[in-house]
This record gives sequence, structure tokens and C-alpha cells, in this order.
Amino acid sequence: MSQSATLQEPSSTQNGIENQLDYLNQYVSFFVDEQLLGVPVNAVQEVLNPQVITRTPKAKTEIAGLLNLRGQIVTAVDLRKRLGLPPLADDQQSMNVVVRYNNESYSLLVDEVGDVINVSGETLQPPPQTLDPHWKSVTSGVFRLENRLFVIVDESSLLDF
Amino acid sequence: MDEEILQEFLAESMENLAQLDNEIVALEKQPDNDALIASIFRTIHTIKGTCGFIGLTGLGSVAHSTENVLGLMRDRELPVTSASISAILEGVDEIKDLLAGLEATGEEPVRDNSALIGRLDKLSESAGQQSAEEGPGEDSPESDSNTVSAPEASDNVTPEEVKPNVESTQTSPVETADTTDAAKKSVADLSIRVNVEVVDSLMNLVGELVLTRNQLLQMVRGDDESIYAAPILHLNRVTTDLQEGVMKTRMQPIGNAWSKLPRLVRDLAQQTGKQIDLEMRGDETELDRTVLDAIKDPLTHMVRNSADHGLESTEDRQAAGKSEVGKIRLNAFHEGGHVIICIEDDGGGINSDRVRQKAIENGILTESDASNMSEKEINNLVFAPGFSTAQQISSVSGRGVGMDVVKTQIERIGGTVDLTSRRGVGTTVRIKIPLTLAIVSALVVESGGLSFAIPQLTVVELVRLAAEDRHKIEKINQNEVFRLRDRLLPLVHLDRVLGLHEEADNGEDCDVNIVVVQVGDDQFGLIVSEVFDTEEIVVKPVGQLLKDIALYQGTTILGDGRVIMILDVAGIAAQFGGVVGGGDRDQHSAEDDKDWAGDTTTLLLFDSGGATNMAVPLSLVARLEEFPRNTIERTGDRMVVQYRDNLLPLLPVNEYATNSDDVDPQPVVVFQEGDRSMGLAVREILDIREEPLVIRMQSQRPGVLGTAIINDKATDVIDTQYYVEQADPDWFQKNVEQTTSRVLVIDDSIFFRQLVTTVLEAEGYRVNACHAAVDAVELIESGESYDLIVSDIEMPMMDGYEFAEWFAQRPESSHTKLIALTSLSGPTLESRAAEVGFARFMTKFNAAQFLSCVKEFCHQRQPQGAIA
Repeated sequence: MSQSATLQEPSSTQNGIENQLDYLNQYVSFFVDEQLLGVPVNAVQEVLNPQVITRTPKAKTEIAGLLNLRGQIVTAVDLRKRLGLPPLADDQQSMNVVVRYNNESYSLLVDEVGDVINVSGETLQPPPQTLDPHWKSVTSGVFRLENRLFVIVDESSLLDF
Repeated sequence: MDEEILQEFLAESMENLAQLDNEIVALEKQPDNDALIASIFRTIHTIKGTCGFIGLTGLGSVAHSTENVLGLMRDRELPVTSASISAILEGVDEIKDLLAGLEATGEEPVRDNSALIGRLDKLSESAGQQSAEEGPGEDSPESDSNTVSAPEASDNVTPEEVKPNVESTQTSPVETADTTDAAKKSVADLSIRVNVEVVDSLMNLVGELVLTRNQLLQMVRGDDESIYAAPILHLNRVTTDLQEGVMKTRMQPIGNAWSKLPRLVRDLAQQTGKQIDLEMRGDETELDRTVLDAIKDPLTHMVRNSADHGLESTEDRQAAGKSEVGKIRLNAFHEGGHVIICIEDDGGGINSDRVRQKAIENGILTESDASNMSEKEINNLVFAPGFSTAQQISSVSGRGVGMDVVKTQIERIGGTVDLTSRRGVGTTVRIKIPLTLAIVSALVVESGGLSFAIPQLTVVELVRLAAEDRHKIEKINQNEVFRLRDRLLPLVHLDRVLGLHEEADNGEDCDVNIVVVQVGDDQFGLIVSEVFDTEEIVVKPVGQLLKDIALYQGTTILGDGRVIMILDVAGIAAQFGGVVGGGDRDQHSAEDDKDWAGDTTTLLLFDSGGATNMAVPLSLVARLEEFPRNTIERTGDRMVVQYRDNLLPLLPVNEYATNSDDVDPQPVVVFQEGDRSMGLAVREILDIREEPLVIRMQSQRPGVLGTAIINDKATDVIDTQYYVEQADPDWFQKNVEQTTSRVLVIDDSIFFRQLVTTVLEAEGYRVNACHAAVDAVELIESGESYDLIVSDIEMPMMDGYEFAEWFAQRPESSHTKLIALTSLSGPTLESRAAEVGFARFMTKFNAAQFLSCVKEFCHQRQPQGAIA
């Protein structure tokens, strides 16, 4: 992923949340069950290839386990489980999108990591009313890209369960 | 430059002032201690001098006036009285305040201290000497330029300030100045001041180093040929030493945490009009800085509570026939990787009726809950959030916040708090905290295909059972137990507790690994599939999303880079209580479990065929058997069964119900005493439960001790002695002829008291039992004499050691032996027990070993015993 994010002037008119999202018009995109999702680039610490994950028995099912990131212990959250999707096929391994939240690192387990998408010029639209409540609670909005929808998830609500 | 001097001045002054409070309080008690006055005088003088030098006029004038008063005291112009001490303390407080303000802002706070100065000066004038008119900054710079080595300076300045008495003071101050000068020098040479952050970051680095070392060790393990083996071994050793060294730099005596307490107690005594004597023992006990910081506030709070709520007013004490001076005693000591801090007062104790009433009023407890709780449980409610029983809220201790915070703070660092109280006698709070939090040694095990770490501190031993010995694991209604030497060890499959799939069918022909772990007073066995090495692990906190799981106390990274969970054995014990009890407990009650984990008893529950279930302490049970109906024979009106080449007499636990023949095979609870056994025929073995055994109702029925609430049901606890007697009436008489030795048993646990009593009476000893050492003291003072005294160590109010110390002063001690019988063990405890006069130190509870020891001592005693 590209680390060279071009800083844009924050647009002055928006309300708070959009302001924040607009701060960098860049989102790390990834796929979970063929859905294109994204998190703000400034929330992402790094992206990792499949890792050895230690299971944590008796933890909530969304928690895949723990992984060792250069001596730092990171909690891995299975996004498929978190979003109520079927598990990944056995022969496939999840990629890790590591984010910081509340002074802790979490790894979001995703099927595949895509590009960093620059959405300057686009407006973040509120999630459609009909969206599954499960999804709605973690979605901060949707960008309509040329060929598909880009759903932006809010890492803090994603990790608050 | 200025900044640097200021910092230096602040650091040094703060350090000196911290000492000062205690010195001043000590001075009040020993007004004639010249050395003490001189030392206090010097400290204040140094501060005053430096103030002049760096131009802190306000601070300087307060110090100056305070110094004048001290100077007069030193010269015996002014008597050391409570009032003058108070004035000095006020002065010192103001100095501290000003210094704190200075530290915060970098500027000297502008305050009007004329009233305080006026009071101090008035005190000086009252000595009839010259008034202190000199300005604060009058000290000559040359004497102050080397204030860091203050003693010389004090010699320069003192004479001109307190002229009239130069001669008389000349002698003592000079010599004390000399000695302290030497002392100061050596301390300065041997120690340096290091910023705490530096030490903390060092500790983190050492943690990382330990991890890397572990990784390297892993790499060369099993490869003796490796050229890296030798250097890595060396690295290993150096790392270990380094780790110990850094840990040591972080260790501080607990005295640092309670150095403020004498002053606090003195002020409280003044405010409340009580007379309080604070005794502090074991202040050299060291613990990790982070732990020390964490307990400072809780400790202060509890002492304040003892002084304010715990101790009665002087009049009340007189009325109760106690000494006017109330005692608060702090005691700290090491015990098996933990530090124990006891805070004891000899006050009025907790009024549990009032606590109960208050708890109900505050909605902490319902009326019906309250009626089911023991006094101890009620008393421990003072730790519940939102509680304060003082009739009037005083300015001294809190407003109903506090004790719950105390408990939370201590539990946060992995400690426990336990409170015992007796009306009219006093209250003891016992805090148990870990020595350090950072690096621990842990045993790595595998279960359900995953690795876990178990802190070595909780591991008692490892038992490996060969596949062909698997049958030694016995079952009581789905619950497995193992007879480890003389006791039944409940077993828990770690994989089941963790909800992992049991390993595919290697079950039957595979060795069994049992990790015996200790939780409070209880042990249980964790069955794991594999036991690996022990490793030094760096404990890392559990992440936010996992912290609610009671099974884990942390995470760590192993040498090979794997992340593994550190198991919390106490959490598992709580969980396993649920497994044993049919899985009806949840996480929530796991917390409750912890509260009384200290005094639970493992009970065997069975269906008697009657209306209520019955229970017996598992430790009294030798075995559980099932006999096919047709093997049970009758001789006369008694049932017997052939058992291990002998006849086992059987008794129905309930004559009217279990006698029926519809139970086949017949479950039997076997009791054994020496080489004799008897079996109790029950209808069905139900369960094993770990619960606090509180007999709520004494029973009139033969064979029943009383009724307890177990698993939320009223359950009769049987009197094994009754049945044993029924089965073999000669059982006791044979022995009774042998001996009439008298034994006194002291134990605060009702269960152990009964157990020990039963065992001894079965052997024909005459037994008296007391539930507290203070009761034993009363008995002995009333003229009762015994051949042997068996005492628990850990007891509220007066512990076993104190009792032994007391007893050693008694004439009886020449012919009465003491045995310590305790659930604690450890070489230091044993040696302490030996020191205070215990003839033997035994752990609970090996009946055979215990009896042979009792026999040995009573036999020695026998000739005298016969005369008596």
C-alpha cells in the first residue's frame, strides 16, 4: 500500500464526522466475502501477510486469536464473523490489516487487501436505511465509485463489541 | 544553571522533609533525644540557608521561624510539648506546600504566612529569649554556598543565632554532626539518585532481552554441536543476572510506603482525641516499585480507617476495660512469592448488625440474602461500593467511598484483601500482593493442541500416570478424582475447561499428565496432554477484548515467537466449580468464589434416601466403592461385605430409606481409621462441591452435625464419628483405655477444628477445641492444662506465632508441647514456627502422620500425664 498520502485541505463546510473522514481522502480498501470495504488510511498501522495466530479459547467467536507483531501482541478480529458472513474456505488464508484503537493494536482479518483508494471529489453518503443492522452499526458511510460501491467501516465501532 | 540548582534544592529538600515528619513525631515521644532535635534542626536550617541563597524569601522566613523554635528546643530553653510540636509540624507543612508550589510553577508562591510566623515567633519569645527579628535573607552567602554538605554550615551559623547557649550545646551537636557527616559521606559515595523513568525503561529493555534470550535458547536447544551454544549459554547467564539486578533496583522497602503514617496517625489522634499507638513491623520488606506505588494509597486509607472508625474513643475504651491507648499494628512479611501486609487494630471490631442493616438500606443486599450470610461475609461487605458505617461522617475518613476503592486497587495488581473482625476485640485486614508483576517463571503445557503457560508459583507438583495406571483415576458421578498419597485430588481436564476438543482417542493408552496447582488452601489437578519446560516469561496484559475471560491472567511471547496465554489458576478453579456442580455457575459467580476461596471445603454430596441430601467433607472420606447387592451379607442385624481380604461393616446412613434393596450396586462411602474401615451405605453419590462450610443449624439428630447450605440447598452434614462408633462400638473404647492425654485444638476453621477433633477423639484423646487463640489463652489462664496443643497458624486477632510466643512465657510450656498445623508451608514459616516454640510444623492434613506425631509427644508426656 502506498504510504505517500497527499495531504488535502480539509473542506470547511462539513460536519464533524465528515471533516475527520475528509482529512485524508484516502482509504485502505480490502475485500471481505467479495464486498469492497475500506478504513481511513490514517487508522491503519500496517498490512501483513497471513500470520500464525494463537487461538484464545473461550473468547468471543469474532476473536480469531493473538499474533506476535515484532514483540507486540495484537488481537486478531475475524471480520467475516464480525459481519455475520460465512467463514473463509479452508484453503484460503486471511490477510491482516492492523489498526490502532484505544492504544492497542488490532488486526482485522480480511480476505484480500486492495489498493489505497483516493476519494477526493466524492461525497460520503450515509449507509442505506435498508442495511442489515449488524452492518449499519459499523458502517460510517458509502462512496459510489465508478464501477462499484465502497463501504467505509468505522474501526472503533468494529472493535467495540 | 538556576533551574538546575532549583531542581537539586527541591529534590534534596523533599527527601529531607519526608524524613522529618517521622522524626518530629518521634521527638514528641522522646523529648530528651538531643540527636533527634539536632537532626531536625539541621534539616530546617539547610532549607533556610538555601532559601536565602537563591532568594526565596517567603519560604526562608517560615523556615527561619521554625528553626528558631527548634533551636530553643535544642538548647532546652523551650520544652518539647504537644503544642510546640504541632507548631513545628505546621511550619514544616507550610514549607512543604511552598516547595510543592515552587516545583509546580517554578516560582515561589506568594502567600501571607504572617500568622504562622507570628505563632512560631511567639513560641520563641515565650522562652524568654531574644525575639527573632532578623530578616530571613540575612545568612551570609559564603556559608550557604555549600549547603549541600550542610553540617559544617550549621556549625557556622548556629552560634551567632542562638548565642546564649553556645557552651551548653557545644558538646552534643558537635559529636552528632561528626557522625552524621561521616554517614552522609558514605551514603553519598555509595548511592546515586536515578530518575524512575530510567529504571522503568531499563526494566522494559530487560523484558525484551529476556524474550530474545529465550528465542536464542530455543534455537540451539538440542543442538550441542552448535558453535553458538557456548556464547548463548553465557548470554543466558548474564541476562538472568541482569534481570535480577534490574529487578533489585526496582525493589523498595515497604517502609517507604508507610513512612507518612506515623505523622498521619499522630494528627488523627489529635483530631479525634484518641490515644493511638502505631506499631510497624517488617518495614524492610521489599517489593517492586510499581506494586509499592499501587498499595500506598489503599494502605493509608486503611490505617486512617482503623484510627477513625476502628479504635474507640478513650472513654469507650476505659468503659470496656481496655488500655486507654489504642493500638494499630502494621506487619509486612514475605510468604511464598507474595507479600502479606496485616493491618490490625484492637478497637471495637465491626458491628455486623449495623453493617447488615446498612447494606440492606443501601440496597447492596436483600433481607433474605442477609439472613444466609455468615458474620464474616457480612463484615466483608464494607468493601462493597457505597458503604460507610460510621454513625457520623467525620472529616477524617471518607464518605463511603474508599474501602471499595481499596479493594479494587489491590485486586488490580493481583492481590487479595481479607477482613476478620471480632466485636470488642478488634479488626484485622490482611492484604496479599504479588512481589513483582513483570517477569515470572512459568510452566508451559499443552492441552487440546494449544500451548498455555501456568505461573510456576501456583504449581505444586507434576504427576505423571502411566497408561496402565489410568484406572487409579476414580470417578464420583462424572467427576474424576485421584488419590494422591493420602488425599483425594479433584481433577480437571484443561481442554474441557477451555472448551477445546479433546484429543482424538489417544485417551486410553496414553500417559496422563497432572499438574497439581494450588488455589488458596485448595489443590486440584489439571490434566494436560503434554508438559514442556519452564520458561521465564514477560507478562503482558490481556487485550481489551479478552480481559473479561477469567481463565487468563495475561499473555506472553515464547522463545520461538509464539504468543501464548497465561492461565489464571484461580479463574479455572472457579470455572471448574461450575463443571463439578453441573455447569450452572457463570463468570459472575466466579468472582464471588474468589471472595471466599480462602476457606472453602470440598464436600461430598449424597442422597441419603431421606428428605434432605447429606454431605461429608471429602477429606474424611477414604474411598468410594460400589458393591453388588448380592455380595452384601448379614451377620445378626449388621451388614458386612468382604472387602480387601477383610470384612467391612456397612451401615445405612438412613435406616428407614436406604435399607431397601432397589439400589444395586450399592454405593458406599468408606471411612478409614488406622487399619479399620467402615462403610456408609447411601442411596446415590451426587456430587463434589467446593463451598464454604457454614453450619447454620445445629442438629439434635444423632449422626448429623448440623445443616448447611450447599449448592443452594439445605444439606445435612453428617457426623462421621457417630457412624464409625455405631459400626464398631469398640473403636474408641480400645483406645480410651490406652490414654487420657488432653489435647487442645485451636483453629478458626470450623471444619478443620471438627476434623482434627474427630480424628483425635477417635484415638481416645480428650480434646478441647477453640476457634481463636484468644479463647485458648483464656482457657489456659483459667487453669486448664493440656498435654499437647495443636494450633493453626493463620488466625484472626492472635495468630499461631503470637500464641506460641505467649505460651512460651507460661509455666505450662515446660511440659506441654505445641504443634503447628497449617495449610501454609514453606521453610521460612517453618523456621519461624520453630523459633517461637512449636515443636513440630505440620501441613493440613495428613491424619496418619498427624496422629503418629501426637502419639509421640503424648507418650513422652505420659508419666507426668498419669500423675496429673
